[in-house]
Amino acid sequence: MTNLSAPPTVNSLAKGLTSLSLGIGVLMAVFIVAKTSSAPMAFHGYIMMLAFALGIFAVIKFGSRDNGRIAAEKSPAGVFYNDGVIKAGAIAAVFWGVIGFLVGDIIAWQLAFPALNFDLEWTNFGRLRPLHTSAVVFAFGGNVLIATSFYVVQRTSKARLAGEIAPWFVFWGYQLFIVLAATGYVLGITQGKEYAEPEWYVDIWLTIVWVAYLLVFLITLRRRQEPHIFVANWFYLAFIATVAVLHLVNNMSMPISFVEPKSYSLFAGVQGALTQWWYGHNAVGFFLTAGFLGIMYYFVPKRAERPIYSYRLSIIHFWSLIFLYIWAGPHHLHYTALPDWAQTLGMTFSIILWMPSWGGMINGLMTLSGAWDKLRTDPVLKMMVVSLAFYGMSTFEGPLMSIKAVNGLSHYTDWTVGHVHSGALGWVAYISFGALYCLFPWLWKRKGLYSLKLVNMHFWISTIGIVLYICSMWVSGIMEGLMWRSYDALGFLEYSFVETVAAKFIPNIIRAVGGLMFVIGSLIMAYNLWRTVRGEGDAVPETSEAETSETSEADVKTVPAE
Amino acid sequence: MSNEPEYDEITDTYTTGHEWDGVKELDTPMPRWWLWTLYATIIWAVGYWIAMPAWPLVSDYTKGVLGYSQRDVVAAQLNEAKEARKIYAERLLSADLETIENNQDLLEFSMASGKAVFGDNCAGCHGSGASGAKGYPNLNDDDWLWGGSLDEIHETITVGIRGVHEDTRLSDMPAFLTDEFLDEGQIKDVAAYVTALSDKSVTAPAGSLEIYQENCAACHGEDATGNKEFGAPNLADSIWLFGDDQQSLISTISYSRKGVMPSWAGRLDPATIKALAVYIHTLGGGE
Repeated sequence: MTNLSAPPTVNSLAKGLTSLSLGIGVLMAVFIVAKTSSAPMAFHGYIMMLAFALGIFAVIKFGSRDNGRIAAEKSPAGVFYNDGVIKAGAIAAVFWGVIGFLVGDIIAWQLAFPALNFDLEWTNFGRLRPLHTSAVVFAFGGNVLIATSFYVVQRTSKARLAGEIAPWFVFWGYQLFIVLAATGYVLGITQGKEYAEPEWYVDIWLTIVWVAYLLVFLITLRRRQEPHIFVANWFYLAFIATVAVLHLVNNMSMPISFVEPKSYSLFAGVQGALTQWWYGHNAVGFFLTAGFLGIMYYFVPKRAERPIYSYRLSIIHFWSLIFLYIWAGPHHLHYTALPDWAQTLGMTFSIILWMPSWGGMINGLMTLSGAWDKLRTDPVLKMMVVSLAFYGMSTFEGPLMSIKAVNGLSHYTDWTVGHVHSGALGWVAYISFGALYCLFPWLWKRKGLYSLKLVNMHFWISTIGIVLYICSMWVSGIMEGLMWRSYDALGFLEYSFVETVAAKFIPNIIRAVGGLMFVIGSLIMAYNLWRTVRGEGDAVPETSEAETSETSEADVKTVPAE
Repeated sequence: MSNEPEYDEITDTYTTGHEWDGVKELDTPMPRWWLWTLYATIIWAVGYWIAMPAWPLVSDYTKGVLGYSQRDVVAAQLNEAKEARKIYAERLLSADLETIENNQDLLEFSMASGKAVFGDNCAGCHGSGASGAKGYPNLNDDDWLWGGSLDEIHETITVGIRGVHEDTRLSDMPAFLTDEFLDEGQIKDVAAYVTALSDKSVTAPAGSLEIYQENCAACHGEDATGNKEFGAPNLADSIWLFGDDQQSLISTISYSRKGVMPSWAGRLDPATIKALAVYIHTLGGGE
């Protein structure tokens, strides 16, 4: 058993093996650059070469850190927490978030004014759309999950993150994945699977990084000094483990050559479609739901300073959520070549999923019993509460839209786009913003944020933005669905497709304005967090209890528990 | 660390006794409405499984007591629609185009069918209102490259222009600069000449008439009113498919244009093409 109260040391065997592996990586990248006939692949070869070479340099230098600095990291609980990698993850999350939201808004304007693609292959909707979705889901969401899971698993296990190099490998390896994926989309490399667009070599790299993530998380959990595993960690673990399985299965493919970007999927036709949406829907279920419920289960009770509402509910809703989500994918393929029985299962399990999803909302909202007054003074908590409201709304809307009769109207329309964004902006982004507003002062040992007024401004601008976005998409989606299915007396379609596109012009503009407000909100947050890091101001929510300002620091708070 | 449940005054509940980093849990029972709604959705799902196709078996699946099949429903609905239109389709096929346009019943049907077909197949180039765009003719005016009678429109739709049909409409204006028939100066002059035909503010340069007569008149005619036999446009009107400025005209003469319209035979059924021809003919510009 590792001695958790001794300062961490870097294992020189680990240093050697990591350097060696990265060296092999450099050689493989050189081979790709030399042999490939694809310019974008060669570009990726150069990026990998550079990244792995920098990695070797960093590993060799690793451990020559100032021991005094490490000693200062000892928490009042007596554990040397590894916070450096969490700081990096939190900064990366803000960085990628702003980029991802911005690209999303650019393509929203493109839908209203197509000339904004500038007639360039790199900036057309087809290439920027996966850039947007991957940037927000995997780059922003992924970094938030890595940062918060590393924070939460350490604090709630009273154990330092497993490995010294490994957590940093997870962080930087994940950033390399993001860069390869994003540049690939813009240059035209894609395997055409929604939310799984990166080609085979990027998939293999992500697999390596993800296995490292799983191991770091699991070994840290195993070293815990608590008798039980905290509920947030169940959700994080379900997220990490399931995403690994989803990623592996959906990306099984055969490259045409080991130096070319193109590959062919193992699955074809309706089997391919079902595998893709089994993946796609569970990316929503395990990445965007389970992972962020992990965030909720730690940060909401922490911020509200109240116990979690119901332990029993958390157990039942956790297991039912995990069990049921896996079945729901076929509801993306209603009224297609997918057999009736698979559509039935997808729909019925989606309906049963309604209450398990709401269990998380209930547990989050009811945790505020006795602390509702804090919403008046603490905009960070307000953001998290609104995120739970949006979570509740979109997890009601989801089962509703999975009903075949409703889906017949909603499918392929902007309603789906609006539904995704009420979940993504309202739930995922808001709970993430809440967590980031908590984490920055905790990590940089500040008493509070630079400005709570700016948090409030962020909250209102982006909330109005989300409402504009969702409402315009309801209007345009339902209108579009109704236009598609309207027939004249002789049984001919009333509207041509192009007429339905023209009819969406105004909702498209409103959506883009809503998106712009969301982008502005995220810039306000970035500015506020930057000033917080610089230690300019300690805005703490007003409260009648004098000692509360102390307790907002996590490390201080662990003292009485000893 | 204590493992003893603590009493929480605010909620009148005990905690579980667990604590992580200051976070505790209350031992609240699951909300009854939550649990009962969960049970209700499960019961509903089981009922749905009994009624509808649901569970895969080794080489088959449970069919459900209602005997529902999505494929059967689609086939039946398509068949029903086909049956409903059958009478019209048959009458359209047997009637000639003039008769269709003069028969109230068939005209109504053709207008409905034509509008739907036009929107999904033609509007992409000719525009929703058929008013055209640069390079794509306006179908509402009287200017027809290949003729605006019912039969001519029907033929153009069927075979297309420079399309894949073996009888496709084909015209081949030389690229006068690239093919070295004329030099740049001559092209500029003849462009001014044809512009002057409809634009009184422009004067034809000296000698341009001769250039026109030697190079263009064979197809476009002595009076430049065009010839629909070869799809040669009328140059005496002020309608310019590729732009009315001198530069566009010079470019057309220098390099030629060769626009393409698909052959719709084989993509649309004969009755639909007839309906479409009637629809386009009635748009306002038919001859």
